[in-house]
Amino acid sequence: MKRLTNVLSIVLGTLPTLVFSFIAQAAESGGKELSDLNLRPGVTEISGQVYDLHMLMFFICVAIAVVVFGVMFVSMYLHRKSRGVKPAHFHENVKVEIAWTVVPFLILVFMAVPAARTLIAMEDTSEPDMTVLVTGSQWKWHYKYMDSDVEYYSLLATQQEQINNRFSKTENYLLEVDRPLVIPTGQKVRFLITSEDVIHSWWVPDFAVKKDANPGFINEAWTKVDEPGVYRGQCAELCGKDHGFMPVVVIAKEPAEFNAWMSAQEEAQRQAQEEEQRLLAMNMSMEELMSEGKRVYNAACAACHMPSGEGLPGVFPALKGSAMVLEDRLAHIDIVINGKAGTAMQAFGKMLSLKEIAAVVTYERNAWGNNTGDLVQPKDVNAVATGE
Amino acid sequence: MAHSTDTIAPEHTTAHEHDDHHDHHIPSGIKRWLYTTNHKDIGTLYLWFAFIMFLIGGAMAMVIRLELFQPGLQIVDPNFFNQMTTVHGLIMVFGAVMPAFTGLANWLVPMMIGAPDMALPRMNNWSFWILPGAFLILLSSLFMEGGGPSFGWTFYAPLSTTYSGDSTALFVFSVHIMGASSIMGAINVIVTIFNMRAPGMTWMKMPLFVWTWLITAFLLIAVMPVLAGAVTMVLTDKFFGTSFFNAAGGGDPVMFQHIFWFFGHPEVYIMILPAFGIISQIVPTFARKKLFGYASMVYATASIALLSFVVWAHHMFTTGMPVAAEMFFMFATMLISVPTGVKVFNWVATMWRGSMTFEVPMLFAVAFIVLFTIGGLSGLMLAITPVDFQYHDTYFVVAHFHYVLVTGAIFSIMAAVYYWLPKWTGKMFDVTLAKWHFWCSLISVNVLFFPMHFVGLAGMPRRIPDYALQFADFNKWISLGGFAFGLSQLIFLALLIKACRKQGEPVSSQVWEGAEGLEWEIPSPAPYHTFETPPVVK
Repeated sequence: MKRLTNVLSIVLGTLPTLVFSFIAQAAESGGKELSDLNLRPGVTEISGQVYDLHMLMFFICVAIAVVVFGVMFVSMYLHRKSRGVKPAHFHENVKVEIAWTVVPFLILVFMAVPAARTLIAMEDTSEPDMTVLVTGSQWKWHYKYMDSDVEYYSLLATQQEQINNRFSKTENYLLEVDRPLVIPTGQKVRFLITSEDVIHSWWVPDFAVKKDANPGFINEAWTKVDEPGVYRGQCAELCGKDHGFMPVVVIAKEPAEFNAWMSAQEEAQRQAQEEEQRLLAMNMSMEELMSEGKRVYNAACAACHMPSGEGLPGVFPALKGSAMVLEDRLAHIDIVINGKAGTAMQAFGKMLSLKEIAAVVTYERNAWGNNTGDLVQPKDVNAVATGE
Repeated sequence: MAHSTDTIAPEHTTAHEHDDHHDHHIPSGIKRWLYTTNHKDIGTLYLWFAFIMFLIGGAMAMVIRLELFQPGLQIVDPNFFNQMTTVHGLIMVFGAVMPAFTGLANWLVPMMIGAPDMALPRMNNWSFWILPGAFLILLSSLFMEGGGPSFGWTFYAPLSTTYSGDSTALFVFSVHIMGASSIMGAINVIVTIFNMRAPGMTWMKMPLFVWTWLITAFLLIAVMPVLAGAVTMVLTDKFFGTSFFNAAGGGDPVMFQHIFWFFGHPEVYIMILPAFGIISQIVPTFARKKLFGYASMVYATASIALLSFVVWAHHMFTTGMPVAAEMFFMFATMLISVPTGVKVFNWVATMWRGSMTFEVPMLFAVAFIVLFTIGGLSGLMLAITPVDFQYHDTYFVVAHFHYVLVTGAIFSIMAAVYYWLPKWTGKMFDVTLAKWHFWCSLISVNVLFFPMHFVGLAGMPRRIPDYALQFADFNKWISLGGFAFGLSQLIFLALLIKACRKQGEPVSSQVWEGAEGLEWEIPSPAPYHTFETPPVVK
């Protein structure tokens, strides 16, 4: 018994050290920002309500725990055999048993009422001021403003070198994208959420909006942001290999600023279309195609086919030495434009410009020792796309 | 009944001839274990199998925690990381927790109700021996080209259909075998309890472990076929061109989730009801006082089991449901906390004014009550739909279900092993090692899982191989806790090996001063055959 006590005291002796350093650690991070420890109140009326509900639930749970564990620990102290206590003989008491069935039930009713009220408000997507179509695909988001022609993809902007620990990590590591979604403040924005392939989940904690993107079905959610700012979230449903690498970034701008931004986007989109038409009459050089192709490949293709073109055996096919890449030029262009049904190969026709597809196909046919010498021009891509 | 008596009759005769030398007639070597129809042997097999799976699944958790020790990709690539989270979940649920409970049922149910063996001994043998094959198939798929299943243990379509690798076929086959094994085990438990209770062992005299297992067995029979249906549809969607879960063919990917969770929610009670039974056996023993509210315990268990069929969609609040459905599933889920609360209150009332000592099984039982309740309370928070939108698929959920499954189900299994091990081996286990095991596990498990609440609330999604920088401090602690918890289980391994070598002080038939029940009236170690003549329960 003596030895046991020694052992126990050693183990228990290390406990405070552990607990202390843990609390110190928590306090340190808590000092930086409380949101490292707890839910954020967010920046919308709804997210504020959700936060209040969360805190209400939390304190009720803590209170229940304190009472139950309190009684238990008091009993464990008082009613020990080593104190010479003789056991009592009671083993049921109808009144007590009814009480501890009814009281928890009443607590539940008290919780359920505000929860139901907030839930109804959250799901009321009627009468929006504007609508954005959010489409998830492996592993990026696409945003389309339903009231204008503006649409674009939003990809992770963190460099691969940071992920692979070759460069040091910057502040918004894994929470930054090339083109964030932009919405106006003070307006009810409705999101229509869907997916091109597997199930994703579009989540912005500061809006308390998390909704699954289901392929073939459209979900609805809404927000009305009070404060301008940059709000960051992530995909919340396991969606394959790079699930951890598809963040959501939303910028909320004052309405005037938002309108100016929207006009600039519309103009830029028009110019890009004109550029596309102009390119159809031109031939690009091998060097130009290869350098552009490498950029596009690393952004759009390397996640599956790997930067080395070797793919992931059994999951994603290799392009290096692939029969289609080496021989069938038309099939190669076609699969990039239209994807392959029933597989993870997406249709890039609506994601990339003619020039980008031409460049990436050229790149794939000449990189990693494929050396076909083939040149693919934007007009070739256009010919396949329009079925000529 | 007639069948089972026929089957075990020859062994009976032998046992009678050598009444005082029980060990003589037991076949030795591998054949004893391969051909055994003895409930104690099969119980031992199940328990060792579960423990080995626990160590394998734990090793996968170590890989996960190693990768998550700091931000960035260091040890494994994301594809392999997803395989680890998937197979870790499958192994722990189907390979560790469920077989461990079945092992305990095999050992204990016949001894507790005064039956000589399980009702269907040959099926019992078969239901165990198909398990190693199932897990061999599952584990071997990790070595295929493209790796093993990587779509999470919940295998949501279409990630598990159109977008999965060829190993999906092996995954489906292995889940089918696990399901068959569980159903056979459940049938055996039900038939045994219905038909083989000793004279006088009326329903409301049955020990709570027997009651909770009986109810669990019905849950198993109800939902394992649903799981089998789900995996079969995944198989045909992937390989045979059906469109159950493909909108383009008229199906619906969300339907998969409804089917899966109609299995999945009762499944989580399958993994906790026997734990309630165990704690209800242990607390009265060490409080030296009868269990408070026996009848209400039985009714609470049955209510939880029934409610478990009408709450499944609380796993799916973000999939987009009508508000009315969300409300229904929120309220139904909240209701479960009432019978669960009754159980906790009853345990505390059992302790109240008892005469308590804190031997190792009681330490685990007390830890169970506290930590399981923490998991239960976070479950209540998760039930609140509007807030669940924030919690869903974050580490808050990971913290919740590890509190109920590790410090709940697994702590209860450890409590059970320490409680009945002396009865099984006839020797007291190494108490010093056991206390080391308890305290190391208790501290490390909380360093491991408690901070997960914080990172989850702060916004860290689950199932990601790399994370944003604000989660780095806590993840380091979580990983260190994980490694410590993993190492602590090696103490348990050492203790079990010592126990199986029959080292230690001999124990009396009662073993623990306050222990009551039929299993404590037979000698320690429990003879190879018990209750060949049924005892009479007064």
